[in-house]
Amino acid sequence: MHSPPDRRAFLAGAALLTVLPLASARATPESMAAAIKEVVGAGTIREGKVKLDLPPLVENGNVVPLTVSVESPMTPADHVKAIHVFNEKNPQPHVFSARLGPQNGKAVIATRIKLADSQKIIAIAETSTGQFFSASADVIVTLAACIEDVT
Amino acid sequence: MTNVLINAPKTAKPGEIVEIKALILHPMETGFRPGTNGKIIPRNIIERFVATWNGAEIFRMEMSPAIAANPFVSFFAVATESGTIGLRWTGDEGFLVEEQVAIAVG
Repeated sequence: MHSPPDRRAFLAGAALLTVLPLASARATPESMAAAIKEVVGAGTIREGKVKLDLPPLVENGNVVPLTVSVESPMTPADHVKAIHVFNEKNPQPHVFSARLGPQNGKAVIATRIKLADSQKIIAIAETSTGQFFSASADVIVTLAACIEDVT
Repeated sequence: MTNVLINAPKTAKPGEIVEIKALILHPMETGFRPGTNGKIIPRNIIERFVATWNGAEIFRMEMSPAIAANPFVSFFAVATESGTIGLRWTGDEGFLVEEQVAIAVG
């Protein structure tokens, strides 16, 4: 026979058990900030010019389509030099860094990424004039990537 | 090689901006997942993707384990002259794949 307090304790324990394994080594907003600092240095990041396209609700975190597009004339004098993408809660904050130049014509990159949890993704564009622009997107992930070996 | 898919136009007008899409078969093992024996599966990823146009580098991407398995990359390039677009993937465990596609500009 279970009295109500036992049931409550059991539920609390069960909830704790499901939460605990997720609290292991993860990137944190702090480590993301550190990784961004490494790229940006003393420069300041401004919002705008960058467009980050991700589905707001992801069913499978193993394959998440991502597109970064940056408004830029892409001329030798004024172009996007690099695009960096960071995440908050994967094991590592870094997703990718791409190098571009006027030869690309358009500063648009598409790829597919993994997301271990619902989190915020940040894209940072570095221009040839030394400015940094960013955009962020919040993504909800229902099936996380890379927690277990599924095979 | 059958493990690479490249989608780029065969012809382009001078100055046209063309899209180049490339997909390669690769597990992109993160190095954070335990296998069935409980041990961590060692990391095995593609670290770098470099594209060249007639030998000159036009695009480069440094990848991390957060890139999905079978990495897909799409980027753009201004068609300047006829020749070959070279794509090169390098990574852990000496992974190296090079592919070329021809493009006629004019």
